[in-house]
Amino acid sequence: MAVLKEFTKGLWQEMPPFRLLLGLCPTLAVTNSAENGLGMGAAVIFVLTLSNFLVSALRRFIPKTVRIACFIVIAASLVVALELLMQAYAYKLYEQLGIFVALIVVNCIILGRAEAFAAKHNVADSIADALGIGLGYTIALTFLGSLREILGNGTWFGMSVFGESFEPFKIMVQAPGAFICLGLILAGMNWLTRWQNRRKGAEFISIGCQGCSGCTACHTAGKEE
Amino acid sequence: MDIMTIFIGTIFVNNILLAQFLGNCPYLGCSREKGVAAGMGAAVVFVTVVATLFTWLMQHLVLNPAGLGYLQTIVFIVVIAALVQFVEMFLKKMVPPLYSALGIYLPLITTNCAVMGVAILVQREGYGLVEGLLYALGYSLGFFLALMLMAGVRERLDICRLPKSMMGTPIALVMAGIMSLAFMAFKGMAQ
Repeated sequence: MAVLKEFTKGLWQEMPPFRLLLGLCPTLAVTNSAENGLGMGAAVIFVLTLSNFLVSALRRFIPKTVRIACFIVIAASLVVALELLMQAYAYKLYEQLGIFVALIVVNCIILGRAEAFAAKHNVADSIADALGIGLGYTIALTFLGSLREILGNGTWFGMSVFGESFEPFKIMVQAPGAFICLGLILAGMNWLTRWQNRRKGAEFISIGCQGCSGCTACHTAGKEE
Repeated sequence: MDIMTIFIGTIFVNNILLAQFLGNCPYLGCSREKGVAAGMGAAVVFVTVVATLFTWLMQHLVLNPAGLGYLQTIVFIVVIAALVQFVEMFLKKMVPPLYSALGIYLPLITTNCAVMGVAILVQREGYGLVEGLLYALGYSLGFFLALMLMAGVRERLDICRLPKSMMGTPIALVMAGIMSLAFMAFKGMAQ
């Protein structure tokens, strides 16, 4: 049951981009179509699952003082493997995602989960956590991608939605649309949480972090010094 | 390619934050006060330029001759992480005033995708060393500009009456969207 709980928490309670505000750069950059969002999510699931597995399996051998460096090297090796795999089997997607495939290395989610979860839990739990968080990330990216593609292009996964007469909001698939869409989604999530809490009579807590970066790895790196 | 075109292109037209979406974590995290934003921005400018220099040398003197181009990602991140650590130690020892101004921001920069992103972009576009450094300087100055603008806007937002759900990050993102819209007007000035 514990494994199941680790898996499901990533899907809603700790959904990375919408709840924890982690991994925002790819969230904004590659979601100009639903397909790209889905592809990016799948790439992150691949790296995150393997990195959590390796970190968790090696957690007794990694010295505490250099653990961040070790996590980065593990993540970087997996990203290189992913890049080579994508060049071989999904070259079109690789081209479309551009430098954001290589930048999975510096994605806060990978380091954040390694530091906050995998380094302290056993292998099964860590893999469940990675799959849950990865899937939550994929769902979020696909959702944002779908929204932007439907409004900005009138299509969903390349299929026409509204027919010929629809005049697309071109701005939604360009840079400003990404920021505004994500901002409104976060506001919606805030509103939903407030509404739920008011029904329960609890105090409202704003999502997102109040300190710097919204990134667990950054925080720990900051504290080390 | 003259210098003016590079700077206008990188600072305004292809602004690294508002058009390329790199470095959004510090953009949202460190834009609450102008002082913090200036410190973070300056640290990013410094590290990006130095990191581009070292990654360029690494790529052209080590990886390319040895035919190890596919190791780019792993080598770059290690170089950047080591460099940040080294810069921090160097500043602490040799230039204490600068260290006290930038010090706390330096560790955060390792995981800032703007630094890594610029280093990779310079390689993908195949720039020479001097040109690459100018691009790195332009991109990071663009980051500095966007961060400072955002900090100014957010200081004003703090005293505004907002719907409770929009407070904090949501309104910051919407503001970033509007700013990005404004920056789109620079399109056509340079490539």
